[in-house]
Amino acid sequence: MKKIFAIALAAMMITVMFAGCGNSGSDDASFVIGGVGPLTGDYATYGISVKQGAELAVKEINEAGGINGVPVELLFEDDQVDAEMAVNAYNKLMDDGMDVSLGAVTSGACIAVSEKANEDGILMLTPSGSQVECIQYPNGFRICFGDPEQGVNAAKFLANNNVAKKIAIIYDKSNDYSNGIKETFVSVAPEYGLEIVSEQAFTNQSNTDFSVQLQTIAGTDAELIFLPIYAQEAAYILTQAQSMGMEHIFFGGDGMDGIVEKIGADNVSATDGLLFLTPFDTQADEQNIKFTADYQAAYNAIPDQFAGDGYDAIYTIKAAAEHANVKPGDADFNEKIIAAMTEITVDGTTGTMTWSADGAPEKAAAVVVLQDGVATPYTAK
Amino acid sequence: MQNNQHNPFGIKMSKKPLTKNIVTLTALVIAFAVMLVLSEAGILSRHMRSMLVPVCINIILAVSLNLLVGFLGELTLGHAGFMSVGAYAGCLFSIAMKEILPMAIRFPLAMLVGGLVAAVFGVIIGIPVLRLHGDYLAIVTLAFGEIIRSVIINLEFTGGAAGLKGTPQDSTFVIAFIVVMITLILIINLVNSRHGRAIMAIRDNRIAAEASGINVTYFRMLAFVMAAFFAGVAGVLYGHNLSILTAGTFDYNKSIELLVIVVLGGMGSIRGSIVSAIIITLLPEVLRDLADYRMLIYALVLIIMMLLNASPRFAAVKAQFSPAALKAAAAAKKAAKEGNANE
Repeated sequence: MKKIFAIALAAMMITVMFAGCGNSGSDDASFVIGGVGPLTGDYATYGISVKQGAELAVKEINEAGGINGVPVELLFEDDQVDAEMAVNAYNKLMDDGMDVSLGAVTSGACIAVSEKANEDGILMLTPSGSQVECIQYPNGFRICFGDPEQGVNAAKFLANNNVAKKIAIIYDKSNDYSNGIKETFVSVAPEYGLEIVSEQAFTNQSNTDFSVQLQTIAGTDAELIFLPIYAQEAAYILTQAQSMGMEHIFFGGDGMDGIVEKIGADNVSATDGLLFLTPFDTQADEQNIKFTADYQAAYNAIPDQFAGDGYDAIYTIKAAAEHANVKPGDADFNEKIIAAMTEITVDGTTGTMTWSADGAPEKAAAVVVLQDGVATPYTAK
Repeated sequence: MQNNQHNPFGIKMSKKPLTKNIVTLTALVIAFAVMLVLSEAGILSRHMRSMLVPVCINIILAVSLNLLVGFLGELTLGHAGFMSVGAYAGCLFSIAMKEILPMAIRFPLAMLVGGLVAAVFGVIIGIPVLRLHGDYLAIVTLAFGEIIRSVIINLEFTGGAAGLKGTPQDSTFVIAFIVVMITLILIINLVNSRHGRAIMAIRDNRIAAEASGINVTYFRMLAFVMAAFFAGVAGVLYGHNLSILTAGTFDYNKSIELLVIVVLGGMGSIRGSIVSAIIITLLPEVLRDLADYRMLIYALVLIIMMLLNASPRFAAVKAQFSPAALKAAAAAKKAAKEGNANE
């Protein structure tokens, strides 16, 4: 008898643990936008930037009366760049009554979430999930460039502006973003008359010392070194290249964003002349200047592209909801807001965007050049 | 009767481990039934429902790692490596067979394939690794786990760093639970068999075991390969639960997390592994409402639980509530009652 009682108690305890989490359920009094991204761990800076950018937009929208009169609520959950945790977080957000999902900040997590969002049929607009499969379903859209698009844009820019013909690449083999750009770049390079003279890889296990890669490149006749990588590693490469006295032109993708902060004030001269593709420039126009100022006032940090992506994602959702004239709880809310995505034009901080049915944004890729830590739009010589 | 075969000296074997494990299995079945009813009735939140399969996966991983750490007494840090090998093998099999075989045949086959491939890797890695003991073995298994991960990242057909996509989403709570039960029954049987006793004898005193005619190399390899097999099966379940499989998931942090589960549950205790797998999997998710403090509290809870586990006073409190103690207390009460009645 006691034994059965003990078993029943154990079973109940487990049940309570599972059911313990409160279920607040959906209400239509607010427009709930849910985001998932790394807020802790190695990649926390991306998640935090997106979250803060989105928060700023939500605050502005609510002060202006919400979306179609409904106040916006932003919920953001941590996933530590883990696909399983991202799905758990997504499900928690659905429990909390999420109406539109921001997918996930990183690609792998976003692909896992896109599967669930597709089953639920809600609009999923990822600010920064750049792999192709992030938006494989009809309800998936993105703000940032896809990895292959960046590879093509990079090759196009180098050829059109006649920057260099002989190119060396240093890329992160353990990173999907870096691999994605590099692969497309290498495959389209011949079309644009570019010659890849050296391909140097590193992994996240060996991302501080680049002397071997740089030495090898110094031994070739490369004029330009393409770095489709993130700012942290690029900072090491640039300082090491400077101390080695390398005179190459350096060129990066949008991952280069934030390089000036990463490299620190002492080494800022290493970034002089660095070119990179970015849709986001803090001083591009009045809107960006205002966004940068507001962001700095709120979070005491200079916004990066991820912050811009998060900010634009919220305004895009607003534009789509207003175009479709729907509120959460309306009969065809999901269908209408998804249909509206391909009909709107959004002038965001990361450029003027329109979307095709495949979910990828159409926007211009600007190239900036750094001098004394300040980015200015690139002008052909 | 079977006992006599392995027990030529007629020493009475304690039946206790078996009944204890039957209690554990029964409790698990009841918990499963309750969870299934709650989830079908829609009472369970979606968040918690999405945790059911991961909990099952971690139980399989923890119990299979316990075979090595608890019963064989060897600290290994490469369990995530075997999990990833199984996951990739099973998922590649499923992707190839997606159009050919129906799910009911494909998925069990995928688990078998994943488990077997992981077992083969267990043999390959076991041959050099099992020459070592203690810290050396831990370090070398850690290195092997990292090698597996690096190889997967650099291969084309595994999807490289971008990850493997397009695996059918076959993992369900019911299937995962069935696999948990099969794993538990097989591992409990192994542990309570002659082989299991040989494995534990090696743990307690390798030289004495060897002197008693136990083939140490064979039994260590057996435990190693079995643990690898179940880790592979758990990996297949994991791969079929998400639409993307990335090698980065299976780094040494994952191995250490699994080791934490086993140590927390008590080395050599299968029931402990199950309970701690449930707690460790759910804890970070249950703490989501604490937002920024989540990982801090999670770490604190881990430290407190480890300290409590190591404290003799807490063990005494725990013993008071164990089934045996409750039984003894009931017997004493009954005796006292009868004594009263007699008066």
